[in-house]
Amino acid sequence: MTSRLDRTFAQLRQKGEQALIAYVMAGDPSLEVTEQLVVELERAGADIIELGVPFSDPIADGPVIQQAAERALRSGTSLRKILPMVTRLRTKTQIPLVLMAYYNNIHAFGPEWFCHEAVQAGVDGLIVPDMPPDEAGPLKGPAAAAGLQLIFLLAPTSTADRRKFVARQSQGFVYYVSLTGITGAKLLNVADVGKNVEKIRKVTQVPVAVGFGVATPEDAANVAAIADGVIVGSAIVKQIAAHQQKPDMVKQVAEFVRSLKTAMNASLAKVR
Amino acid sequence: MGAVPNKQGRFGAYGGRYVPETLMPALLELEEEYARAKKDRRFQSELAYYLKHYVGRPTSLYFAQRLTKRLGGAKIYLKREDLCHTGAHKINNAIGQGLLALRMKKPRIIAETGAGQHGVATATVAAMFGLQCEIYMGTEDMQRQALNVFRMRLLGSTVTGVDAGSRTLKDAISEAMRDWTTNIRTTHYILGSVLGAHPYPMMIRDFQAIIGRETRRQILAAEGRLPDCLIACVGGGSNAMGLFYAFIKDKKVKMIGVEAGGLGVASGKHAARFEGGKPGVLQGTMTYLLQDEDGQINLTHSVSAGLDYAAVGPEHSYLRDQGRASYTSVTDDEAMGAFDLLAREEGIMPALESAHAIAHAVKVAPTMKKSQILVVNLSGRGDKDVQQVAKMRGITL
Repeated sequence: MTSRLDRTFAQLRQKGEQALIAYVMAGDPSLEVTEQLVVELERAGADIIELGVPFSDPIADGPVIQQAAERALRSGTSLRKILPMVTRLRTKTQIPLVLMAYYNNIHAFGPEWFCHEAVQAGVDGLIVPDMPPDEAGPLKGPAAAAGLQLIFLLAPTSTADRRKFVARQSQGFVYYVSLTGITGAKLLNVADVGKNVEKIRKVTQVPVAVGFGVATPEDAANVAAIADGVIVGSAIVKQIAAHQQKPDMVKQVAEFVRSLKTAMNASLAKVR
Repeated sequence: MGAVPNKQGRFGAYGGRYVPETLMPALLELEEEYARAKKDRRFQSELAYYLKHYVGRPTSLYFAQRLTKRLGGAKIYLKREDLCHTGAHKINNAIGQGLLALRMKKPRIIAETGAGQHGVATATVAAMFGLQCEIYMGTEDMQRQALNVFRMRLLGSTVTGVDAGSRTLKDAISEAMRDWTTNIRTTHYILGSVLGAHPYPMMIRDFQAIIGRETRRQILAAEGRLPDCLIACVGGGSNAMGLFYAFIKDKKVKMIGVEAGGLGVASGKHAARFEGGKPGVLQGTMTYLLQDEDGQINLTHSVSAGLDYAAVGPEHSYLRDQGRASYTSVTDDEAMGAFDLLAREEGIMPALESAHAIAHAVKVAPTMKKSQILVVNLSGRGDKDVQQVAKMRGITL
């Protein structure tokens, strides 16, 4: 059976579209709201949802996602509660769901048990920002057995050797970090990103998605022109934070996501 | 026990490289450069030159006669790392990594600091080598170590407060790692303890191992034999690894690491990772951590900023598993008592970190025979803590 991730990328490719991968921090401000957000963001045009698992010490994240993690932890969020939410979501949507979790949260859960439970709940893929494939040994077996796709990251600093080593192990898609920095930094040079994406495509067949620093509909359109997927995190989380107290927060965030996808598809029309 | 770490940076089950991909090439480069430097006689002689003429090594191994008499047991020797330039052992590592930064042609260095000793050592080395320097420090630590903050600024470094999490060492390390991720092409990160991703725990141990090599030579000269027991405090654990490393093969030499017991391990307000924690991954390495059942890192407490950290160096986890070293903790109060005792009996004010080692020696020495020898690593001097001690006693200076 092909995975939801593979199917989604294949369908988009047929349509000539790129995937919009929307990141939200699970439990920010509560898991109930996250559940609504996932459904509404799909309606607004998100193709894949990345669910952040809050960690107390997120070394790869900038202030926006750090603060989202703090809010999520304050609302009592943990992996043990996120997985049942995914189970509930699966009665409403078949959108591919990817968890982004720091390794200690998985380690505390137990890697084998985690992979099994995550797939049972309906999780499709896993990104661990502080676990390069070099350290993924304990996860690979259980993930393969359960059918959980492990997505690895490449960065502008990655050498040719590492590009091969990492890209060939990445399943679902390769996550290309657009800049040397942390989440939420400013996207600098789309041309450079494009060159690096091309280099990655030479060593793997899996789609390449670009994240870190994609903040505006214009950024999303620019990145869509050079990659198979566009990952937007901090900019969405910022919207959630800004509208937190308002009753129409979910709608506001969905509008923002719609503007991202619209811009991506408009640039597509121009190319044609 | 074979040589550790292995090629993957593993000390048995511990260590490794749990970092974002952006940092991996830099860690691999650092590992290669360090391997070359280690074999390079010019690098080694340069390092030896600065350690002798700038740091003031060898530091003395001092027989604490009055303390020995007072405790009425083993002969107590103090390894006087407090006499190093800048007042603690931290500079041994900062000089080594500063030379590496020059070798790698990185014009900028960054560091984290808890007690401020590593920050001061790094700021000092930056001034001496002409490198640009930024130090990250938790805002809670900046308050209790205000003097060291000012010292770093006097030395020309930028001190950046970190106002996240517990606002202590852990948060400073995360912020330094984020800076390094962002500025990796121009910047070398001088980590201050045997923590973080490979090759840091190995490299920092090697730079600190001079403490144990000197101690071994000095005790053989003074007593004609090896000590029975070594005691050192353990935050990340660099002074302890530095002292222990030269004695690891001497199975008869007992090694004890002393963690911060804070208000008592039962209170939950402590930094006793072995007693209160379990293995996990934090800031690049697999090791014993204070964490909850979901794997969130617990807040820690210690009177001593340098020991107030949720993880311990991975090689200590390994030595403990192997049964080669044992670990214990003493409370804030016991450390404060030891601070007074050493000041009054020997005229030496220890850093509050080192006072933890002294406090354990106070417990152990009387149980040992008078013919036995106990070496305590006096890792730093207490001048930086005077304000904190006054404040705890309700005295305004």
